[in-house]
Amino acid sequence: MNPATFANIPHAHSQDSVPKLMGRVLLALLPATLYGVVLFGWPAFNLLAVTVLACLLGEAVCLWLAGRSVRLGMLDGSALLTGMLLALSLPPWAPWWIGAIGGAFAIVVGKGVFGGTGQNVFNPAMLARVMLLVSFPVQMTTWLDPHPWLSGSAPSFLEGLQVTFGHWAATDGVTGPTILGHIRTELGMNHALSQSVPGHYQSALAAVGWTGGSLGETAEILILLGGLWLLWRRAITWQIPVAMLVTVLLLASGFHWANPERFADPLLHLLSGSLMLGAFFIATDPVTSPLAPVGQIVFGIGCGALVYIIRTWGGYPEGIAFAVVLMNAATPLIDHYFRPRIYGRTWRGESRPIEKKSDEN
Amino acid sequence: MSRHVFWGGVHPPGQKHLSAERPIELLPIPARLYLPLQQHAGGPALPVVTVGQRVSKGELLAKAQSATSAPLHAPTSGTIAAIGEFTAPHPSGLPMATITLEADGADQWIEREPSPDPFDLEPAEVARRVGAAGIVGMGGANFPSAVKLDKARQAKVHTLVINGAECEPYMSCDDRLMRERAAEIADGVAIMLHAVQAARAVIAIEDNKPEALQTMRDACRVDERMEVRSLPSRYPAGSAKQLIQWLTGLETPAGGRGTDTGLLVHNVGTAYAVHRALRYGQPLISRIVTVSGGAVAEPRNLEAPIGALAADLLAYCGGVDTDCTRLLMGGPMMGQPLPCAETPVVKGTNGILALTAAELGEQRSPEPCIRCGRCVEACPMGLLPVEMANSARQEDWSGIQALKLNDCMACGSCAYACPSRIPLLQYFAFARSQLAEQRRQESKAQHIRQLMEQRQARFAREERVKAEAAAQRRAAKQSRVVVTADDDDDD
Ligand code: SF4
Ligand code: SF4
Repeated sequence: MNPATFANIPHAHSQDSVPKLMGRVLLALLPATLYGVVLFGWPAFNLLAVTVLACLLGEAVCLWLAGRSVRLGMLDGSALLTGMLLALSLPPWAPWWIGAIGGAFAIVVGKGVFGGTGQNVFNPAMLARVMLLVSFPVQMTTWLDPHPWLSGSAPSFLEGLQVTFGHWAATDGVTGPTILGHIRTELGMNHALSQSVPGHYQSALAAVGWTGGSLGETAEILILLGGLWLLWRRAITWQIPVAMLVTVLLLASGFHWANPERFADPLLHLLSGSLMLGAFFIATDPVTSPLAPVGQIVFGIGCGALVYIIRTWGGYPEGIAFAVVLMNAATPLIDHYFRPRIYGRTWRGESRPIEKKSDEN
Repeated sequence: MSRHVFWGGVHPPGQKHLSAERPIELLPIPARLYLPLQQHAGGPALPVVTVGQRVSKGELLAKAQSATSAPLHAPTSGTIAAIGEFTAPHPSGLPMATITLEADGADQWIEREPSPDPFDLEPAEVARRVGAAGIVGMGGANFPSAVKLDKARQAKVHTLVINGAECEPYMSCDDRLMRERAAEIADGVAIMLHAVQAARAVIAIEDNKPEALQTMRDACRVDERMEVRSLPSRYPAGSAKQLIQWLTGLETPAGGRGTDTGLLVHNVGTAYAVHRALRYGQPLISRIVTVSGGAVAEPRNLEAPIGALAADLLAYCGGVDTDCTRLLMGGPMMGQPLPCAETPVVKGTNGILALTAAELGEQRSPEPCIRCGRCVEACPMGLLPVEMANSARQEDWSGIQALKLNDCMACGSCAYACPSRIPLLQYFAFARSQLAEQRRQESKAQHIRQLMEQRQARFAREERVKAEAAAQRRAAKQSRVVVTADDDDDD
């Protein structure tokens, strides 16, 4: 006897499917991606293309090796999304092999070896990013100020190819640290933030996306809008993003209030780096985040706290990738300990007696 | 009572417009009626008629077997044509003991005594009459109503909840009943209040039925113990546990009864049946059935005799189109697929649906679970459907029990919500049958163990007896050994 011998009820199903969900997430990412590509020109586009192609190729190979239908497996759009998310978190002018290695690693090691879609423990894009950060720290932390398309400083198509595929060495003229990287350096030199930050950073400017950083770090407002749209379309739930952002906000506010010269202000934390991208698009990855709403809140708080800790005291200026990967590792544990309360039972699973209420009878 | 929420749930498209505006029509009595002996929870009814016997409408055909059982009455006058096996309304299509009644067309009622005023009767007597009328839960639970009334009175239930939620898509039979026979329902509610000795009644109706809400409000205005409340339209609002949670914030304790919360839930159709039984002495021999679905030419609400075949109802509604891909008894969420249209309407049948492929939606094969948690979010019981399915797949039976599979009410919300179309309920049904099988095996093993122990005890006893006998003989021999030394080889 097997499950298929029983009636397959119900006879109605919601219209949602995995490709549709992935499609919505991709759509929500599109404005920010386009904006980033415009801001950083051809090299950014090339890198995006290489990364996505590497992911798709990796997925095809994995599916083929696993003996599954390549067409059906590719159609769910998850490899495409992984590629996009990874590309969005890379320095836009990074050489092509960063994207290629990262993309292939994300799919093959991050997902394929676990058994494919739905089986992976870690967010593939973030796992790849961590691997790249550890293995190629120079290429991964060479950021540049925006060079908008059609502006004088933008590289032409050929120059773009040269940046991505050629031997292009970063020069001081085009590179600059991200705001978070800058703060780290300045603090390392014992400079107070009131001296080091104002010249480099205005939160309004960061918000419209005129800062150096990865593609996904610049267009915070577009990312936020995309995330809100996803919430509205019910492609994601509110628990993880809200818990994560509120945690960062509270921690940053508290420390900033205690010592404004040492700890950056909360708005800077919220609007810089890839926090928005992380909160709405990365930490919400269904496969690697907890199942139940309670667990998702715990997960969000954990991600937020780790991001703040890594940014403030850790060895890297940006903590999203590490925070998410660490919390991914904790997800099975969270799933085990943070379950919904069952109707008619206590949290511990025992029968829940009726408490007598005064408004009864 | 303040407003509360119930957890989870889903919003399947209502599809009520197909039939909701069609007034209840009387289905002409078909030539033959098929009455399964088990249309209720509990023991099957025991036939009291014989083949060839003439019966009148309302005459007893089979009596209740025990306290938890329900009698069966003749839906029309005619002759008993057969007592034997017939397709039961069950997906297995397995036959079931059934009385076949050949209608004579006269539809002649049995002699009925004038009914006394139900409010002059003892509450227990009201419940007894409800039981004698063969009334069972009309919402599909099929539990004998009299048992519920008695238990509720003993449990000192204070509020009677009348369930008019009708949250299953397509179904409109309760909606029509409330719109057209509100006064009768209100009278039935008053009688049930008397039977339970409860202080008040709440009639809960989903807010997608404004007309029913209005007519019921008007009908209940005369009795200040009754209150009509509008429920949010969300499946499964009409499940008793969720209804109780929504009304009071209380939860039926796991392993406990609904009445532990001080509430008793009955369906509107049951209230109507109680009115007919106590006022006119009419047993439960017909019910309102919604015949709907895209493959039905003219969807309708029919008052059909129990025992009419789905095919009879469908034929009256203009027949089934060729593009019908699935025939259901009940709604799309909890209804059972019918093996064929030659299946009788029973007391708990609220609808017959003939659905087209388009209505069933795109049929996809399951994709990998992405652990999105939508099933968890949708579960009104707070369970982890995905984990239960995983346990079932791994045949981890103790694991699935620890996840409280027993608390699952098979509402289907989880499988409805799943974007990967994991057949969650199939896994649950599989696990349930395996667990039941395990229990059977266990009790069998225990039985065998008992037999073995008994056998061993018997052997041991026999051995002891033999040994004692041998010892005695030996003792006797010893005394004779001097005489015959060589005859001890017969031990
Ligand atoms: S809804 Fe389906 S895909 Fe999502 S966790 Fe549940 S079973 Fe898995
Ligand atoms: S069928 Fe069971 S597990 Fe699924 S939603 Fe309903 S109660 Fe929960």
